[in-house]
Amino acid sequence: MTPVLETRRLAKTYDTGGTQVLAVRGIDLTISRGEFVAIVGPSGCGKSTLLNLMAGLDRVTAGEVWLGGRRIDQLSETALARMRRQKVGFVFQFFNLMPTLSAIENVELPLLLVGRHRKEARDAASRLLDDLGLEDKYDAAPSQLSGGEQQRVALARALANTPDILLGDEPTGNLDSASSREVLALLRAARDRGQTLLLVTHDTRVAAAADRVVTLRDGLVNDDTELQAARPVTLPLDAGGPV
Amino acid sequence: MRSLFLALLADESRHGYEIKQALEQEFGDQLPALNAGQIYSTLARLERDGLVVGQSIEGDNRRKRVYELTEAGRAALTGWIETPVPGTRLKDEFFMKLVILASAGLAEPKALIAGQRREYLQSLRDLDAMVSADGSRPAAELLAEGAILHLKADLEWLDLIEQRLPMQREPA
Ligand SMILES: Nc1ncnc2c1ncn2[C@@H]1O[C@H](COP(=O)(O)OP(=O)(O)OP(=O)(O)O)[C@@H](O)[C@H]1O
Ligand SMILES: [Mg+2]
Repeated sequence: MTPVLETRRLAKTYDTGGTQVLAVRGIDLTISRGEFVAIVGPSGCGKSTLLNLMAGLDRVTAGEVWLGGRRIDQLSETALARMRRQKVGFVFQFFNLMPTLSAIENVELPLLLVGRHRKEARDAASRLLDDLGLEDKYDAAPSQLSGGEQQRVALARALANTPDILLGDEPTGNLDSASSREVLALLRAARDRGQTLLLVTHDTRVAAAADRVVTLRDGLVNDDTELQAARPVTLPLDAGGPV
Repeated sequence: MRSLFLALLADESRHGYEIKQALEQEFGDQLPALNAGQIYSTLARLERDGLVVGQSIEGDNRRKRVYELTEAGRAALTGWIETPVPGTRLKDEFFMKLVILASAGLAEPKALIAGQRREYLQSLRDLDAMVSADGSRPAAELLAEGAILHLKADLEWLDLIEQRLPMQREPA
């Protein structure tokens, strides 16, 4: 089956006033339908750059990006924008909601942008918000919501167009541990419904929820490992103190 | 486990099966099935050391041995209650393994670290699934949350080791 997303020898060099930064140095990655993949690695190893290249938010220096069997790294800005609206959902660390729109309007927006009718968009948006436990927050402005709630609205917005892939850059990076767990539970639920997910994360608890963990170092893939289904846990008998 | 038994005997005398039930009530399914042998041998050792005293009584259909704390047992329990458990964890099996295997040239440090990282991630996944599932006991869940936090620290530590440890064998 055609992979959802594929990179071939992908590279990105930033030119910063004479010095060159080799942010991504040749990455081959294939994401299959239904996979939940986490990208981890130390700060500066190229995770965000890789994600931005895959989403067409940044231009490649070399190599190719294929989304759903179509090469996208050479598309025009207009074509890229259309492709993203239809096929890709995003969640970021800082939620990036439109501050002047209410929660439900934020979720409707991507539906209206691809030409869905107003009524249809409103129904779909309320269903999504209900699913994420935000049934009483339709009309709240982002500034009236907690970080965890804002991220759930952002997640609803990202899932609105049933994207081929959901991309996230540190989706729990700005949340406390309780909100992180809520968002993680929702991401897991999306995966269980068949949503393909690719998340960049520093949070090892989020990484451990993925089925596959890709570790980057200095712009290259250092490790690519599949995790097994969770094994049953038993406590040691001497958990309560020295024997 | 011995101090745990002393604590369970602090307020009332109990027989082995009641101790087993008390433990299972706190930790539920996450506790491995306790076998009677382990319970009775622990009680026997406590009795031998003079911390508990047992008395055989006739039950409904069989004899059981009921244990209570001795003075020495109560003192040991008080000591345990009053002494915090050590805070430093300078024993780490993986680190010892890495240092010894690397200096002997028996294994590639990078591969050892990668393998260990996978094991930690998988353990984190296992524990996370346990606490996310319904029906686990509060005590077991809290213990798992603690283990998750330690695993997060262990994973961070692996990154640090990978960056800092000079892992090439010193040229002779
Ligand atoms: N727009 C840019 N211009 C110049 N250099 C950049 C730019 N964006 C990223 N870099 C550099 O590229 C490298 C990779 O950056 P990137 O943001 O992809 O790292 P990261 O893995 O996402 O790090 P973090 O975990 O801190 O978010 C870094 O050295 C960074 O300084
Ligand atoms: Mg980043």
